[in-house]
Amino acid sequence: MSYQFSSESVSRLNKLLEMFPDKRSVILPGLYLLQKEQGYVDREGMEALAEKIGAPISLAQVYGVATFYTLYNKKPVGKYHIQICGTSSCYMRGNDKLEKHLCSRLGIELGETTPDKKFTLEEVECLGACGYAPMVQINDAYYENLTFEKMDEILKDLT
Amino acid sequence: MAEMKILTKFIDDPRSNELEFYESVHGYDGMKKALSLAPDEIIEIVKKSGLRGRGGAGFPTGLKWSFIPKDIPKPKYLICNADEGEPGTFKDRKLIENLPHQIIEGMVIGAKAIGANKGFFYIRGEFNKGIDSMQKAIDEAYTKGYLGKNILGSGFDFDLVLYAGAGAYICGEETALINSLEGRRGHPRLKPPFPAVSGLYRCPTVVNNVETFSTVPHILDKGADWYSKIGTEKSPGTRLFSVSGHVKRPGVYEIELGTPLLELINDLCGGMLDDKPLKAVIPGGSSVPILTAEECKTANMDFESMAAHKTMLGSGAVIVIGEGTDLVETTYRFARFYAHESCGQCTPCREGTHWVRDLLHKIREGEGTSADLELILSLSRNMEGGTTICPLSDACVGAVRPTILKFRHEFEARLKDKAGKEEQIPAQTGV
Repeated sequence: MSYQFSSESVSRLNKLLEMFPDKRSVILPGLYLLQKEQGYVDREGMEALAEKIGAPISLAQVYGVATFYTLYNKKPVGKYHIQICGTSSCYMRGNDKLEKHLCSRLGIELGETTPDKKFTLEEVECLGACGYAPMVQINDAYYENLTFEKMDEILKDLT
Repeated sequence: MAEMKILTKFIDDPRSNELEFYESVHGYDGMKKALSLAPDEIIEIVKKSGLRGRGGAGFPTGLKWSFIPKDIPKPKYLICNADEGEPGTFKDRKLIENLPHQIIEGMVIGAKAIGANKGFFYIRGEFNKGIDSMQKAIDEAYTKGYLGKNILGSGFDFDLVLYAGAGAYICGEETALINSLEGRRGHPRLKPPFPAVSGLYRCPTVVNNVETFSTVPHILDKGADWYSKIGTEKSPGTRLFSVSGHVKRPGVYEIELGTPLLELINDLCGGMLDDKPLKAVIPGGSSVPILTAEECKTANMDFESMAAHKTMLGSGAVIVIGEGTDLVETTYRFARFYAHESCGQCTPCREGTHWVRDLLHKIREGEGTSADLELILSLSRNMEGGTTICPLSDACVGAVRPTILKFRHEFEARLKDKAGKEEQIPAQTGV
């Protein structure tokens, strides 16, 4: 069975379709709605989005957009998606050490999810918080100026 | 020295993001003035102020606005570029989170100047706090009649829509941003046509940075003469610098343009972390050529001084590097960033950035040879100067080649055929 958007998302999509002079613009915010609903974007959801936007937007176009942008998860992630910034400014303030610490604490390598599906750990490029490094983003929130102790506290609160 | 706070005067107030507070500190006064002026008069004031775009290229803002054709039937669009993502740069985020109304005010002024009735605030998708702050401010502005139909009875209409990007650095480039707003992959477009003629939905479009829009209300409020007297002749005004790396107090500082770089580091940022000696500074975001500690002594933070030092003010990101930092590693990480963010349209960039990254990785692992180092320099010559649609490839070169040329001994020391023979490496010529 094909994907069904919630009624809340459908009304949001209808509003979005009125907001832009060209309905194609709804692809990005539409993918966010899909991701918000199920944590990631998949083929069925993208098909439903393409259908909702209507011709001439096809699945191929939605898929092409989704795969270009890194913020759309193309596969499920854990309940807590930890993204650690790996760019040079953060490296200069010790993100490489924090990364090793996180790997050992969670018992996983970068890019992996814990077996209980609670945590996914990823290294990402610049998160725009260079002055407050090292830092991580967990789901929607930034955690900055981290130390091992602060990181452990945060993990403890999440478990 | 002290900061010169114009845009950021109230940024640390806990209520700075609220409309009531913003109004109490003369917020929206500049917009009220602009609404009573003709579009040409607004453009003239901004031109006279000498304001240069704060996104990276430093193009004169008033001139950019004047490129919008006047008598054509198509709608015109105004876009705020809030897709901040260059390594080292984090100044716009603070303005978005703490002073969203200042940006909205600047956008209404810009819209009136170019005759746009619809605008978009394109914000990077990771900035969730900023997205909330800006959406709240937009809603407040609508309620108060600062946005929407017939703004404050002036007869001018302007709608503002917030649009979240989705994690592509390239969408900070204005034509890639426009493609993204149209619901496409963020591929930069060939220019011409320039966005002023054919931009969003093929209509005349102006794209300005967050800091640029934040400056405009002050210019309208206090006048072009007042603004142009601050800073230097060719770089008027103040600028927000985001300082990261090895300083005691990293953060965002607003200073008068023309301030010596070392004053920024030593006075405002509290000096070097752990009192280590300064090794180098990247003065304008990861894509601009690095300055040695010696070069930093004569560098001032303005467009002219940076050009004289063969580098740029760029996005206002100052990355301070202390002695003991492994520049092979930092350079590799910058190259990795550009390889990751290349959109893949142009071969020199798609292949070049990845190739440079791989070669630096090899050198970093102690597996590289002097031929690899030469290959990076050779490749970089084919990746710059107009061989690609947008400057991402040039940016990668800017992050890599000057560092190799100025700190070559560090790279050579890591080569397989030179291991442990640093002392035998001949002195290098300049850039």
